[in-house]
This record gives sequence, C-alpha cells and structure tokens, in this order.
Amino acid sequence: MIPRFQKIVFSVLLAAALIMTGVLWHLRQRAHQRLLAGEDSAPTKAPDVAPTEKATLLVANDADGSLLVQARSLPLPADPGARARVLLGELLDLYAAPDAAHPVTGGASGVAQVFLLPVPGSKDTQRSGDELAVVNLTGNFAASHPSGLETETLTVLSICGTLRANLPNVTQVRFLVDGQQRPNLAGHADLTRTYLTADAVPTGGTNP
Amino acid sequence: MRWIRASIGLNVSPWMAVFAALLLPSIATAQTPPRNPTGRFVVVLDAAHGGDDTGGRLASGQFEKAATLAFSVRLRSLLAARGMTVITTRESDMTVDPNARAQIANRSKADACLSLHATESGAGIHLFTSSLPSSQPARFLPWKAAQSAFVNRSLALAGALNSALLHDGFNVTLSRTALIAVDNMTCPALALEIAPARGPDGKVTAEPDDPDYQARVAATLAAALLEWRMEPGQP
Repeated sequence: MIPRFQKIVFSVLLAAALIMTGVLWHLRQRAHQRLLAGEDSAPTKAPDVAPTEKATLLVANDADGSLLVQARSLPLPADPGARARVLLGELLDLYAAPDAAHPVTGGASGVAQVFLLPVPGSKDTQRSGDELAVVNLTGNFAASHPSGLETETLTVLSICGTLRANLPNVTQVRFLVDGQQRPNLAGHADLTRTYLTADAVPTGGTNP
Repeated sequence: MRWIRASIGLNVSPWMAVFAALLLPSIATAQTPPRNPTGRFVVVLDAAHGGDDTGGRLASGQFEKAATLAFSVRLRSLLAARGMTVITTRESDMTVDPNARAQIANRSKADACLSLHATESGAGIHLFTSSLPSSQPARFLPWKAAQSAFVNRSLALAGALNSALLHDGFNVTLSRTALIAVDNMTCPALALEIAPARGPDGKVTAEPDDPDYQARVAATLAAALLEWRMEPGQP
C-alpha cells in the first residue's frame, strides 16, 4: 500500500519533469532560430566611421597598358596617412576582383602601412609641403603578384598616380615589403628607387 | 654612390684612367654616335633572368628565363646574318647579376641594347624605355642613372621598333619603367617583353614561348634594327 503523500510527491515531480522538458525544448528552438538569423545579419560591409568623400583612383588595365581614372565615393579618414592606406586598399581590392583588368590577388590587405614624410633633400629643389609617401606592402602581396615587366610597372604607377590624385602634396613614393627594402616587386619593377608621382599619368578615364 | 665614366671624346690622363679602373669595376664610355671606331654596328642582347632567377612562369609551364634565352638565340642569328655584331649577356641557363649585364653592354660600346623578357599578362609586345629623366652627357654619371644621358636616343630606338612592329601587325604598348639593368646601360637601350598574341576576342593565339611567334617577332626586330642602322648618325 503506497501512502497518499508519496503519490502526491510523485505526481508533482512528474509534472515538474514534463514542464521542464517543455521549457528546454522551447529554449532549444529559440536558440536554433537565433543561430539561423545570425547568419543573415552578419555584417558584410565595414561600418562608415568617416564621412564619405569623392576619391580618384588610377586603375591599371593589362590589355592596353593604360591607367584609367575612376571616381569613387569612399569614407575617408582625416589623417593623411590613414587616408592614403584606405585609398590604396580600395585600389588593390579592385585588382583582387575576379574579373579585374589587372588581376593581382591580396586586395586591401596588401598594403600594411603608408607613412608620409617631408621630402628629403635640398630646400632649393623642393616646394614647401612636398611629401614622400613610404608604402609598406606585405610579403604575401609581393609573393602573389604576377611576374612581368608591364604588370609590375602598372601596379607601381597606379599606386603613385592614385596617391598624387588624392594627396597632391605627395610628390615622391618609395616602396618597402614587410618593412624591408626589396630589389624588385616580382622580378622586374625596381623597388630600390624613388618614384615621382608626376610620372604616373592617366591615359583615359571612366566613371562607373 | 657608384659612378661610371662617360667620356665623349675627352682626353683623360692615364693616372685618372688607372685610378678609375681600380676603383670602379664598371667603367664604360658613353659617347654620342659614332661610337665604334671600327664602324661596326653592335647590338647587345640581354636575355633576362637565368640560373636561380627563373623569372615568371608561362602558361606552357616553361620559365621566363628559358623563353628569353630561346628568343635571344633566334634574334642573334638574324642580326648576325644582317652583318651586325651581336653580344649576348648569357648563352646558357646561368645566373648573371644585373650590374654585370649592364657592364657587358657598356664595355661593348653598343649601338643598341635590348633587354628581353616574356610574360603571361597583357597582349602583344611591350616596349619599355627607362623612366629616368633625360640629362646631358657628362664625364661621370651615377651608376644607377647612367641611362639618363641616353634616354632620348632610347626613345628614338623604341619609336623605330614600335613602327616596325605595328607595321607587321603586332599589338604594341609603349611605356617607360624602372628596370635595374637598363637604367645602368650607357647605350640606346630598351626592354622588350613578349606577351601572348591575342585575337580580337582576347583569346590567346600564340604563347610567348611559341617558336613561330618568336621567329616572327625576331624577324621584324632584325629588319627594324637594320633600318635603324641606316639612319643618320649611326656607324
């Protein structure tokens, strides 16, 4: 004979177990829904932390060896060095696109830093405010760059031209790879010399 | 800074010559034409890369160094058959320092120097002259900018080759670049890069290491250099 209080305790415990099972099932379903919703709401674009401005990119084209002017609207930081890095990152992102006219893998991560320094040398030969841009490329970018005289020259000139178009004070550019001087980009274009941005002349223009 | 002597019919004392020869391994004359007292027309062919420096890889799987050497051999034969004296920077798969290439060219007092390259990107023939600013010939030139005294003549040579290649139906791009060996040369110099031949739809019709394609380019260049030799001012 089971005492009456034991029947009551058993019934209460059974009811509690069933209720907890239902609550756990409900919570599991909600977590699953949150997980599925989270995949769709993942940020695909960096938030705009700076005001959008018009920028000019000199984009290389391997087919005819040209540099084309492209106007873009980009969020650009106020600091000139950071601004230069964003501009060059946007340029290299174009080259990393699958249908790029000047295909180079790596994208924006190919530029590690850009430093802007006063142009060294005689005060007689320089305007006040002239700057030297030191572009520090990553070793991965240089290693993955296609080897060729034209393709390497176009990469260098498009970087110089883009800096000149957006930062007119930048008159000279030097290149480093992983912080070190390197003889050439991918076997051809000389990276030991100082490039004049005035040499990077666009040969055409498009407005996408 | 490294310097080279670029004499233009100057009388230099023997002591100065000995001093320069001891200290400067890359002495070369940088004369305006006529350059060769023998009256020979000297062409330097520099097959880029070689040895450990493979250059780029072509679609056929061949390295750039092999394609440039093959093209150098083809062009050398055609130029020699036209009575030109041809000097090459390498005849086999060997490593040659860029400075050594320029020294070979400078010592030969060449009338034309061609640095030969091959690539998988772009189309047709890419002609490059040095991007150094033009300067007046001087007794001493900085080694890294020795080509500056010859930039105008290099541009004229590039124009002559460009015309001939266009005339023979090649797609040509003409540009300027910074290339160590060419920038050190004291002769009319340019870099010539063979890219794939492409049809109107952009599809490749001949790879840079294709023997027939190379032979056609070499024949055009040989004819153009022969014409360049006949121009006023050449020996």
